Amino acid sequence: MLKLETRPQPSRLWTYVTPLLAVVITMLAGAALFAALGKDPVAAIATIFWQPLFGEFAHYYRPQLLIKGAPLVLIAIGLSLGFRAGIWNIGAEGQYIMGALSGAGVALALYPMESVLIFPAMVLAGALGGWIWAMIPAVLKLRFGTNEILVSLMLVYVAEQLLAAMALGPMKNPEGRGFPGSRNLRDYDSAHNAELISGTGMHWGVVAATIAVILAYVLLTRHSLGYQIRLTGQAPRAARFAGVRTARMVLICLGSAGALAGLAGMFEVSGPAGQVSIDFNVGYGFTAIIVAFLGRLHPVGILLAGLLMALTYIGGEIAQSNLGLPAAAIQVFQGMLLFFLLAVDVLTNYRIRVATREVA
Amino acid sequence: MHPQVDESGLACHEMTVAAGHDERKPSQTGCLMKTRAAPAVVTRKSAPGHYGAIAVDTNAALLTAGHAASIRDRPLVIPPLLSIDSLTRAYPGVVANDAVSLEIRDGEVHALLGENGAGKSTLVKMIYGLVKPDSGTMRLRGAPYAPADPHAARKAGVAMVFQHFSLFDAMSVAENVALGMAAPPRLRDLSARIRAVSRTYGLPLDPDRIVGDLSAGERQRVEIIRCLLQDPKLLIMDEPTSVLTPQEVEILFHTLRQLTTEGVAILYISHKLEEIRSLCDRATILRRGRNVATCVPRETSARQMGEMMVGASFAAPEHVARAPGAVALEVSGLSMRAPSAFGTALKEISLSVRRGEILGIGGVAGSGQDELLAALAGESRSAATAIRLNGVAIGRLGPNARRRLGLLTAPEQRLGHAAAPEMSLTENALMTGAQREGLLTHGFIRWGAARDFARAIITRFDVRTPGPDVAARALSGGNLQKFVIGREVLQRPEVLVVNQPTWGVDAAAAAAIRQALLDLAAGGAAILCISQDLDELMEISDRFGALNAGRLSDIRPAQGLDVEEIGLMMGGAHNPEAVAHA
Repeated sequence: MLKLETRPQPSRLWTYVTPLLAVVITMLAGAALFAALGKDPVAAIATIFWQPLFGEFAHYYRPQLLIKGAPLVLIAIGLSLGFRAGIWNIGAEGQYIMGALSGAGVALALYPMESVLIFPAMVLAGALGGWIWAMIPAVLKLRFGTNEILVSLMLVYVAEQLLAAMALGPMKNPEGRGFPGSRNLRDYDSAHNAELISGTGMHWGVVAATIAVILAYVLLTRHSLGYQIRLTGQAPRAARFAGVRTARMVLICLGSAGALAGLAGMFEVSGPAGQVSIDFNVGYGFTAIIVAFLGRLHPVGILLAGLLMALTYIGGEIAQSNLGLPAAAIQVFQGMLLFFLLAVDVLTNYRIRVATREVA
Repeated sequence: MHPQVDESGLACHEMTVAAGHDERKPSQTGCLMKTRAAPAVVTRKSAPGHYGAIAVDTNAALLTAGHAASIRDRPLVIPPLLSIDSLTRAYPGVVANDAVSLEIRDGEVHALLGENGAGKSTLVKMIYGLVKPDSGTMRLRGAPYAPADPHAARKAGVAMVFQHFSLFDAMSVAENVALGMAAPPRLRDLSARIRAVSRTYGLPLDPDRIVGDLSAGERQRVEIIRCLLQDPKLLIMDEPTSVLTPQEVEILFHTLRQLTTEGVAILYISHKLEEIRSLCDRATILRRGRNVATCVPRETSARQMGEMMVGASFAAPEHVARAPGAVALEVSGLSMRAPSAFGTALKEISLSVRRGEILGIGGVAGSGQDELLAALAGESRSAATAIRLNGVAIGRLGPNARRRLGLLTAPEQRLGHAAAPEMSLTENALMTGAQREGLLTHGFIRWGAARDFARAIITRFDVRTPGPDVAARALSGGNLQKFVIGREVLQRPEVLVVNQPTWGVDAAAAAAIRQALLDLAAGGAAILCISQDLDELMEISDRFGALNAGRLSDIRPAQGLDVEEIGLMMGGAHNPEAVAHA
């Protein structure tokens, strides 16, 4: 019989080991899943984890790692602040869309003017768009005590409708021969979030993600605001006793998560995606939740987890085209990662004891 | 350390007594035993390293050849109700019970005494089937007893009243009782039975009342009656008087005594030594998971028992006469709505504390203590002028602004309120120390300074911990409490408000904390001490008031107050009838 025993202190070792263990278990369960689908499990796992990095076409896939990783990390960093404080923003996907719409809106409004100020203005607009979208659940929570999980999640679907409306209406490319979608910002120099070093995938979003990681690290380990965020999450009553204003925490955590998600959306629409289209969002905002937890809500962990998750995205696409795995199987695979992480997480706070049947 | 059975068939039971404390008269204990028809006892001392070098059981003196013979001639020896033999239970990093043995006889009140972390709760949890022993055996009436769960324990006749009640506030008394039963009878029949039991045992309780409206004492009666309905042979009570007024304690003791005359044995956990002396027949004292002594409380002084618990003598706080100075904290007409449906509203509270003075606030649990502390700490805001600190209106200020002005507080709940359980002691030191200790520069944390502050608290207040990086939850209750109080005291408060400063803390730590409060007052600070421990309040306060349902009684000099008057103040002087009838 197995028994769980509370550890006197959370185990440092297991804090670091559980994410790796979760990855390994996910690989095993994923292999079983792929085998059940009639695919060679070893080849499938190798395709997902090996091909993008060291395969034949790695030179093409490696830059993709940064391109896909940057928005994940950027969003996850913002989410992690809220998660640490016990504020559950599930609507990063919507904030990401709104950031993209705001940033692209600025560019499309100014087209075809060329100025070095356009891109910075888009950055601001993107952050602002995401921030405003996140302020809706924040204000409703503070004013009426609504649940931020539900409100932020439902606002994702509102944002998706807005995206479709924009892609088909006001933002539609007038020279697009009736096709839905906006002008391609890659063809608009002042608004193009181009690769900074060609062939690396390094764009402004990657820079922003790196800065976010560093700032979040400093905030959480050195600054009293980060301390207050952690205190609010771990012991809300103690936080009030320590003079932390809960309302301020809600505004800061939801606000920064929204702004960072908005930034991610803006960098995406002006670079890798290029245009506002109906299918612009691909779920970064939801995947970032997994990234945040896989990274233990720690900035450096999130950086690594973001890259890992980007790898499964890219590897998943390769597996789809090369092995004919259904896209849903890849999503299940990613979901399993969070599932197993939460499952093995129990080892951080508990240890397993094999209890022999006690003799009466 | 297994029970030895000699040829005569007598169970040999161990009893060790601290050398030097054994001044009991054999005859009395002997009488006690005869009337209870318990087995005769011889003494063996087998385990090395026990307290003292010799084991003395006064009963042994009775076992003259004649006695032994007469007992041997009896055809049957009724085994003790419950005999526990070398129970051991280890948790990661600590052996909570190390070969603990004791014996409970029919109709006795057996006290289980010990400091926090001595292993009292582990032991009763094993008896009640909540925890399984690693080794050792229990026998109930001579038959092996190993309850798999509390249900099995209840079936065997063992019932327990916990310190923290498990009642649903929104349901009636009868409904709550029904919830705990495997096959509850119809509610009307159950109500009738509850009425009958409550009449029989002098525990006034109306089965139709909603639990949320009951006082702590009445809630406890629900739990007791719930136990009595099962017709228990052994009733375990965990610190039952911590929530009661002196009058309610009397009612409870009356009931317990009545139960013992009917043969029910009571295992009574407490750290209130005087209480144990008045109620209990025998006491087993645990220290660091071992039983170190058994004594007859009536014949042992509270001080002796305290020393056996701690294993060392400790100094009672010195009370130096102080000349009170100017008024430092003034509360006038403070009213506040209840923070939640089952919280307590504060009504027109007025008090003042002078420098160099300790004002003690008593009252049963739930009388508004938490709410008063929250109002003073700044967690809940009031009208600006309702609270003045050195003449400055601070009612609207937040906790940190008040700290800067010199008003520091220590709430009752250590884990989760006064301290964050998962955070290190350094981080917990930062929690309230940031302002006055200058632990922040431009919002950035000076971790080195914070760690030094935590270390200073640990050293000055003798907090037993490997170091400042340990999580708060890893500390024992007493050590964490010393840390929490020390954290505020070291910041040189002008006014310190504490709620239950020694709640659940061992005697030595409690003495240290009280001494720290007295020293602080002697240094010119004004101290408001909210506590449910009357002995404590009488020991340290200059003046005394009591909270009752959110109202504060008149404040009177502590000197010369007798228990009767205090009880009336706690019961609410505006309605003394209610207390008299309770």
